[in-house]
Amino acid sequence: MTPFKTLQQLYDKDSHVVFQEKGSPPRLLFSGEDLLLEDLPVGTRVIFPRPPLEGVPNLKAAIRWAINNPLEMDPLHALLRPGMQVTVAIDDISMPLPPMTTPDVRQSILEVVLELLADSGVDDVHLVIANALHRRMTDAEMKRMVGKKIFDAFFPERYYNHDAEDKEGMVEIGQTELGERVIINRRAAESDLIIYVNVNFVPMNGGHKSVTTGLSGYQSIRHHHNPHTLQTTESYMEPSRSALHNTLNRMGRWIDKKLKVFHIESALNSRMFNNQLSFLTKKEEHWEEFDRMKFKAMQALLKRSPRPLKRKVFQSIPSPYEVIGVFAGKTEPTHERILELCHRQYLVPVKGQSDIVIMGIPHVCPYSVNSILNPILVQVMAQGYLFNLNRGIPLLKKGGILIITHPLHDEFDPIHHPSYLEFFHRLLPETRDAHVLSHKYEKEFAENPSYIHLYRKGNAYHGVHPFYMWYWGENGRAHMSRVICAGAENNHVPKILGWDRTDTLAEAIEEALGTLGRSASISLVHLPPALQLDVKL
Amino acid sequence: MHEPLPKTLPPLGKAAFYDVDGTLVSTNVVHTYAYYAANQGSLRGILRRSLSTLFSLPVFGALDMFDRKTFNEFFYRYYKGLSEDRLHVLAQDLFEDILEKAIYPQAVDLVEEARRVGCRIVLITGALDFSVMPLVRYFGADDLIANKMQFVGGVATGKVIPPIIEGANKADAIRDYCEKHHLALNQSHAYSDSASDYAMLAAVGRPTAVNPDLRLRALANSYNWPILYLK
Repeated sequence: MTPFKTLQQLYDKDSHVVFQEKGSPPRLLFSGEDLLLEDLPVGTRVIFPRPPLEGVPNLKAAIRWAINNPLEMDPLHALLRPGMQVTVAIDDISMPLPPMTTPDVRQSILEVVLELLADSGVDDVHLVIANALHRRMTDAEMKRMVGKKIFDAFFPERYYNHDAEDKEGMVEIGQTELGERVIINRRAAESDLIIYVNVNFVPMNGGHKSVTTGLSGYQSIRHHHNPHTLQTTESYMEPSRSALHNTLNRMGRWIDKKLKVFHIESALNSRMFNNQLSFLTKKEEHWEEFDRMKFKAMQALLKRSPRPLKRKVFQSIPSPYEVIGVFAGKTEPTHERILELCHRQYLVPVKGQSDIVIMGIPHVCPYSVNSILNPILVQVMAQGYLFNLNRGIPLLKKGGILIITHPLHDEFDPIHHPSYLEFFHRLLPETRDAHVLSHKYEKEFAENPSYIHLYRKGNAYHGVHPFYMWYWGENGRAHMSRVICAGAENNHVPKILGWDRTDTLAEAIEEALGTLGRSASISLVHLPPALQLDVKL
Repeated sequence: MHEPLPKTLPPLGKAAFYDVDGTLVSTNVVHTYAYYAANQGSLRGILRRSLSTLFSLPVFGALDMFDRKTFNEFFYRYYKGLSEDRLHVLAQDLFEDILEKAIYPQAVDLVEEARRVGCRIVLITGALDFSVMPLVRYFGADDLIANKMQFVGGVATGKVIPPIIEGANKADAIRDYCEKHHLALNQSHAYSDSASDYAMLAAVGRPTAVNPDLRLRALANSYNWPILYLK
C-alpha cells in the first residue's frame, strides 16, 4: 500500500471531491454487510460526504426555543387549553438510519412537549406512530424510541401504531381541487390540535409529507405513490422540482386548511459511526495504520461470519447522530428552515455528470431496520434513493451505467416483507413494467386480506408496499441504460431485476467501459453516510 | 364455416374459503364428537361412548397423521346410532359451550377483511354440517361446504354421504363451487392450518397458511405463501 506521506500530496484536503491518481489508495465500498477495498481506474472522481456539523450544545433548550418561537404560528403554550384533545404524531423507525443512540431525538422532543401539555391541563393526549403503510413497530422498538418513562405512561392505550386499515379509525376530510381524497387517522382528525414530531434525515421527508403520508392510508397514498407521478418527478430530494411533492403539498395544504397542525421538525448531522468506526466515512488518504488494521480485521471477520450474525452485528450498532437544529410552527416555513439545515449538512457541489457511477449499497435502508435488505429493497436503494440523491440534475448522464456492489441474496424476511416475496417471484418474472404492475396487480395486493391481516396484527409492511418500492426506481430505470451488480452471488436475482452481474467491481468497470468506450467518465459516490449532490454542468 | 364460440361470462367475483378446525377455531372434530358422546343418550350410553372416545384417541391421532380420509371414515362411525334431532339440538349447545370460546378473536377480523374486499365467505370443513352451522351464522358466512351424515329413520348410520370433504376433495369442492357461482378461482383465497389441505390451498390463486403445522409451514415457505399466526 502507498505510504501515507506520499498520498497526502495528491489531493486538496478540504475538497469533497478527489480524483484517483496513480498513487491513490483503494476505496472503501459497502456491499451489503460486507466491506470491500477496491482499486479504481486513474481519473475516477470520488465524491465524499461532508463531515458532520456540530450538534446543538443544549438540545432541550433548542426544542423549547423552537416551540416558544414557532414560524407563522402562536407558541405551543398559547395553543393549549385545559380539556382539549391533542394527538402527537411521531415519525416511525424508518428514520434515521441506522437508529440513533438513545435518547432518540423524538424522546427529547416528547419530554419537553408532554411536560408542557401536562402543565397546561391537557390530559387527553395520544401518541400515534405515523407509520402509514410501513410495518408496525414492535413494543421494544416503541419503548426504545420514546424512553421508558413515556412508554410506561402511555403504552398501549395512548401510545400505538397508526392503523391505515382500521375502517373506523380513518376518516375522509375532503378532496383537493384535483379530486385527490384526503383520508387520515380519525383520532388525529378529530383532535383539537395535532403536533407532528419529525426527525429529518433526507430532504425528501418532513413538511407536508409527514401528515399526508404518515397518518394516511392506501386510498390517499395512491394519489402520489404511483408510476406516473414518480416517473415525472425530476428529483425526489428536491421538493420544489418534484411531482411527488406537488401532490403532497396540495393534499397537505388541504389538511392545514381543515385541521390545526403544529410541526416540530429536527435535522440531524451525518455522524453515522462512533469513534471506533468513524474511519469508514473518512477519506482513505486520512486512514492511519490503526484504521487499516481495524478495517482488515473487520473485513476478515465479516467475510467469515454467517449473514444473520453480520446483520445482528450491524443492527446492534446505533448511530451517534446529533441534532443540528429544531424548528417548529406552520408546515411550510418550518420545513423550509429544516431543508436549509439539511443542505448545509448534506449538499456536496459537483461539476458535471458522469457516464458511469459506482455506489456501494450499504446494509440498511428505511424499510429493513432490524430486518433483511431483500432484492426489491436493494433495487430501491440503487435506482430509487441513491440515484436520486441530487439537487438539480442527476450525477449519472442519461443513458449511463450504474454499477453497484451488493451480494443480492435471494433472501426475504417473511415477517416484515411477506408480500415482497410474491411480488418478486410471481410478478417480476412476468413484467417489470411499473404501469402494467400497477394496473394489473396493485389493487389485488393492496386488498389481499392475508396481507392486510399481517400489516394490522403482525409487523408486516402493507401488501402494496413492494409496488411502491418498484415505482420509486422508475425514473432511475428510465434514465440509465444498464445496472451492473458487482459481487452478486447468483444469476437469477439480477436477471429478475433486469440487471447484469459480474464477480468483481473491476470486471463491472471493464464491462461498462466496453459498452460506453474507454473515454467514459467514472464517479464513485463514497457512501455512507448520506449526501446530496448539487450537480452543475 | 366457423362455429360460433360458446358464450362464456367472465368471472365476476372471488371467494375466501376457510378451513375451520385449527384455522378459525382452536378445536378439532374429536372435541366435537367427545361433546356429543358425553351428552347423548342414556347414562350407560354416555359412559360407553365417552370411554370409547377416550381409548380411541391414540388411534385417532395415528390415523390423522397417516391419512385424513381414513381418519374421517373411521371417526364418523362413532356417530352411529345417535338421533338426528338430538344432534341438531346439541349443535347449538356445542357452539355455546365449546366452539364460541375456541374462536380465535383475530379470525373474526380476518374474515371481515375478506368480506370488505368483496370476497364471498365460505367455510369448508371435514366436520359434519349440523355441528358447524352455528359457526357459519357467527361469522356471517355465505356458504358452508361440509360433510353430511347419512340418517335412516332419524338415526345416524355412521356413514358420510360421499364424497367425503377432506384432502383433494376439498379442492374439487372449491373448484365446483367457483364454477357454480361464477367466481374466479385464481383470485380466490383459501386458509388452512394443515398440510392435509395442501390440495385446497394449491387450487386457489391466493393461499394462506394459518397457524400451520410443520409440514404446511415448510410448504408455505417453499411456495412463498403468507403465514398468519392467529391469536
